[in-house]
Amino acid sequence: MLAYSIRRIFEAVIVMLTVALLAFILFRFVGDPVNQMVGQDTTLEDRERLREELGLNDPVPIQFARFVSNAMQLEFGMSYQVKQPVTRLIAERFPATFELSIAASLFALLLGIPMGVYTGIHRDSWISKTFLSLSLVGISLPTFLIGILLIYIFAVILGWLPSFGRGTVTNIGGWRTGLLSASGWKAIILPAITLGLFQMTLVTRLVRSQMMEVLRTDYIKFARARGLTSRAINFGHALKNTLIPVITIIGLQLGAIIAFAIITETVFQWPGMGLLFIQSVQNADIPVMSAYLMLVAFLFVTINFIVDLLYVWIDPRIRILSRET
Amino acid sequence: MTQPSTPAVRTRWQRIAESDLLFSFRRSPIVVIAGTLTAIFLLMALFAPLIAPHNPYDLKSLSLLDSNLPPAWAKDGDPRFLLGTDDQGRDILSTILYGLRASLLISILAVTLALTLGVSLGLLSGYIGGTLDAIIMRIADVQLTFPAILTALLIDGIASTLLKSRISENSELIILVIAIGLSYWVQYARTVRSVTLVEKNKEYVQAARLIGLSKIAIMFKHVLPNVMSPVLVLATINLALAIITEATLSFLGVGLPPTEPSLGTMIQIGNKYLFSGSWWMVAFPGITLALLVLAVNLLGDWLRDALNPRLR
Repeated sequence: MLAYSIRRIFEAVIVMLTVALLAFILFRFVGDPVNQMVGQDTTLEDRERLREELGLNDPVPIQFARFVSNAMQLEFGMSYQVKQPVTRLIAERFPATFELSIAASLFALLLGIPMGVYTGIHRDSWISKTFLSLSLVGISLPTFLIGILLIYIFAVILGWLPSFGRGTVTNIGGWRTGLLSASGWKAIILPAITLGLFQMTLVTRLVRSQMMEVLRTDYIKFARARGLTSRAINFGHALKNTLIPVITIIGLQLGAIIAFAIITETVFQWPGMGLLFIQSVQNADIPVMSAYLMLVAFLFVTINFIVDLLYVWIDPRIRILSRET
Repeated sequence: MTQPSTPAVRTRWQRIAESDLLFSFRRSPIVVIAGTLTAIFLLMALFAPLIAPHNPYDLKSLSLLDSNLPPAWAKDGDPRFLLGTDDQGRDILSTILYGLRASLLISILAVTLALTLGVSLGLLSGYIGGTLDAIIMRIADVQLTFPAILTALLIDGIASTLLKSRISENSELIILVIAIGLSYWVQYARTVRSVTLVEKNKEYVQAARLIGLSKIAIMFKHVLPNVMSPVLVLATINLALAIITEATLSFLGVGLPPTEPSLGTMIQIGNKYLFSGSWWMVAFPGITLALLVLAVNLLGDWLRDALNPRLR
């Protein structure tokens, strides 16, 4: 287990360094940082002084080392566009994306698992068939179209839910949460459904196929022979054994959720990191782009690492296998 | 004496008509519908300038007096504009036809780029191996950590910073093709590499090596034809993904400009007018996009099953 963890950490560090190199190249060579920071009327001497101060005349490997050490101290420079520290911009926006991603994952799990269990047990009922064909149509629709459709139905026609923003936001020690007000709860419903819909269909199909597989096994037949209620069999025995792959997939999908939050945040004007990233791409705001890239890579790598460890911890078969190799 | 077993010489068309592939295509009505729909969309895109009642790129023909008109059958509709007009007075039907052309052109070019790059790298990686293999696969691993849409956005951001000042004509189109193409090469490379690893130890490759063919000739002339069928399936499924990615990028405002709209750009424009009740600006391009993606997806699923020998 320890050797396995160390190997995985080593791999994760390599990935992070590669991404850091990419972000550094982006920052240093795509567009001139000095030109972006100063105005038209800055003299050549002033530019040169700024260049020296920023260390842009040092050898490139030293610059890269400085970039990495700055990044580890969460220091990513100033945004070209809004002239504020990038770290502060991202920190302000992080809670919004975090709350949205968690809400979307919960939606996917709380609806996906029961639907998967149901469609796995009652394979031929019309509810299962309708649901499965609807989910095929659902995954063919791009995320932003689903968002627009939901806005049109629930905000424009029915007028039940707001179509943009986070509602009333409360500040708790720097963490701006929307979950303490009724308007905040109302505002998160549509974005969370939009973001979680794809994951929900994924969880449903996964749980369904796992359930169908597990229900065929001998220990389920034995449990039936012992005369256990079908409720105890389905939930106590079958569902429990389907959850290992579900945990893995949801863990890995958390990364996808963060990435797709970019689209959902744009549709709903949700003031999160994704919206910040899109604005930085539109304005060629390189420091924000490279910081976002590093942050997302870090989140992905950390999530992958935790999921791998969880997997080994939950399933003893893998633990034995990895010890042998 | 029995009949000699030489089969009658058949023309190419007969062979296609009798193939398993066409048989399995005709057997499923859904697949036939999806295929027909895809063909119609392709033809509509190809002949857009001939079919379209108006030319949405011709700024002189636009009149702001015609803007925001609902579809022809609705109240206040204008019979000249069957599906209504957008905020600049462009005919929605014509813009959809031209937009479909742009979307399909970009997606097909992007898939071609991804395929060429991925297949070449996969062949090199699998056939030559060693350090080259390690480097290519490491890059692939790192790229796989990120979802494709994020990679595409990032490449788009970098490319437009680098290129925008140099090329003006069609630069957005080229940037989109590069961004989408570079985000989807990994799957091809991985698939081709794994098949190449199996193929390179087979006798025909050894024979080719013995008669002294060059590595490049063996890879591209002898190994390549044998790895093409999984690549074809991947390409079809990828086409649907590329269409979605292009539409998403355009919707996010980093794709094609509003003057030369693709389906995604049209939906982005229409989205601004949703609250004023102009539903047709979003609905028609949206339906077109959804139908196109659904049809291509269904075709991809069918092709995967039909070309998979294990499922036959």
